[in-house]
Amino acid sequence: MAPQAPAAPHAQVARAAAVHASRWAFAVREFRFWLTNYRRTWRGSIYSSVLNPLLYLGSIGVGLGTLVNKHGDARLGGVSYLVFLAPGLLAAAAMETGIGESTYPVLASVKWLKTYHAAVASPLRPSDLFHGHLLFIIVRLAMNCAIFLGAMAAFGAVRSPWVLAALPVAMLTGLAFAAPIEAWAITLNKDTSFAMIFRFGMIPLFLFSGTFFPVSQLPGWAQPIAYATPLWHGVVLCRALSLGTASIGGMLAHVSYLTALTIAGIIVGNRTYRRRLYV
Amino acid sequence: MSGLAGSLAGVPGPEDLIRARGLTKRFGEFTAVDGIDFDLRRGEAFGFLGPNGAGKSSTMRMIGCVSPPTGGELTILGLDPVADGPRIRARLGVVPQEDTLDVELTVRENLLIYGRYFGLPRDVISERTARLLDFVQLTERGDDQVEPLSGGLKRRLTIARSLINEPEILLLDEPTTGLDPQARHVVWDRLFRLKQQGVTLVLTTHYMDEAEQLCDRLVVLDGGKIAAGGSPRELIERYSTAEVLELRFDPGEHEQAAEKLADVRAERTEVLADRILLYIPNGDVALSAVRNLGLEPLTSLVRRSTLEDIFLRLTGRRLED
Repeated sequence: MAPQAPAAPHAQVARAAAVHASRWAFAVREFRFWLTNYRRTWRGSIYSSVLNPLLYLGSIGVGLGTLVNKHGDARLGGVSYLVFLAPGLLAAAAMETGIGESTYPVLASVKWLKTYHAAVASPLRPSDLFHGHLLFIIVRLAMNCAIFLGAMAAFGAVRSPWVLAALPVAMLTGLAFAAPIEAWAITLNKDTSFAMIFRFGMIPLFLFSGTFFPVSQLPGWAQPIAYATPLWHGVVLCRALSLGTASIGGMLAHVSYLTALTIAGIIVGNRTYRRRLYV
Repeated sequence: MSGLAGSLAGVPGPEDLIRARGLTKRFGEFTAVDGIDFDLRRGEAFGFLGPNGAGKSSTMRMIGCVSPPTGGELTILGLDPVADGPRIRARLGVVPQEDTLDVELTVRENLLIYGRYFGLPRDVISERTARLLDFVQLTERGDDQVEPLSGGLKRRLTIARSLINEPEILLLDEPTTGLDPQARHVVWDRLFRLKQQGVTLVLTTHYMDEAEQLCDRLVVLDGGKIAAGGSPRELIERYSTAEVLELRFDPGEHEQAAEKLADVRAERTEVLADRILLYIPNGDVALSAVRNLGLEPLTSLVRRSTLEDIFLRLTGRRLED
């Protein structure tokens, strides 16, 4: 590159500070782009955000639950099936939102609409686009999880005021999926792999990560696999908070796991975004 | 290259907005840009002319700070494009080769979003939006969605969008490729006005007429290297003749005629697949000389030399090849 006179130390510090300040401001600019975009589609997405919890809580929680409850509640921790199921569904809904927002919209931006290419011609850097989109996903998670919590309360599926803390925890669960998947989605040219993620990733996790029944019901060999999945950690956390049975130590371990996944996704994504957009 | 360096890469002055020395871009084994030198001066329109794959777009992307150079030096507005990308890009406007508009949003929303990327306040954006839509004659379509707009209208919107930050340098990568002739002329007219207003233009093109219309100076790129550079007039004087006589013969007589034409003593003769070009100071004189040789071309055309002729001379190929 162009040889530059070595900058004076204070100039370097000033530049570093400016870069730091701009990092946040630039991400917010991209976040506002997504908000503007969302104004077009929010109606459709709100319907599914509301209908999804109503359908699942009604059919499986209440409908199937009345059958399940006849066999006693010992294995469910002494609560009705609806109360057991609802926080698990909350975590699963967060996962679904996180995966949905980090797949097709990313590929559309880089490949189909090419709006990312327009954005990197402005002062924004690839990592700013990544972080701005993650901010938007956080807002989407907050919306969907809050609606879900509202539905849970309406169904009487909540046992503890601690359930309010399940909102950020569920959001973190969604983010633990979104950040790594977005880091990978930016490297793709076709959307065929997304169908694989949904079929062989999201649906098995949804079914076997403790949402519908305790993981202890799985055969012994399958249990460690469930423990490794981020959804299980999210389900356990949301359930403990909803039932009011959370312990600090357990919470910390699960939150750390989900946070680590999120941070790993961000670190990798900073690189993959740069590689894809600065050719 | 020494003569070239004299005209294209002089001593850097305060008015040099871009300075490149030995600028190189490699993709693995492939060298897209192979050590080029150029300077861009404030207020001029500078062109990169060449066929597809000559390295034009790679050069533009490096100037746009979205493609780190593999080698050489590049200074833009006195800054380093790798370290100071955001600061440089804040002062650039970019019209990419492919439209990158958000087709799901309206014309106005596209400008709003883009203005926000530059951190402009909303009232500044709306004031500029009104002015820019007027400039590209899109005011009436302001609230329409972008998707159904024609290619020409989308191009004009892209140009308006690139001006939202009032850039010091406007980068245009093949600004009229894919447009119909009428739409091209509208774009040229707008770009010419921008130039009159003092905006510095850098454009790539594989259209000779575009380069002649818009560029004060240009370089001819071929295989990632600069084959020649200067003003369109200088290039024509240096590498061609004032006029060109284009002759078309019956396919059966094509070769024979080409041999006989040596007697016309043109400065240069190019035998193309379908035509023969004679480079001469005076086309009409040459045409009567051709007739005196007993040759009867099917068609004949006397025209001025163009940059196309220079490209042919420099590379032995036509631009469309």
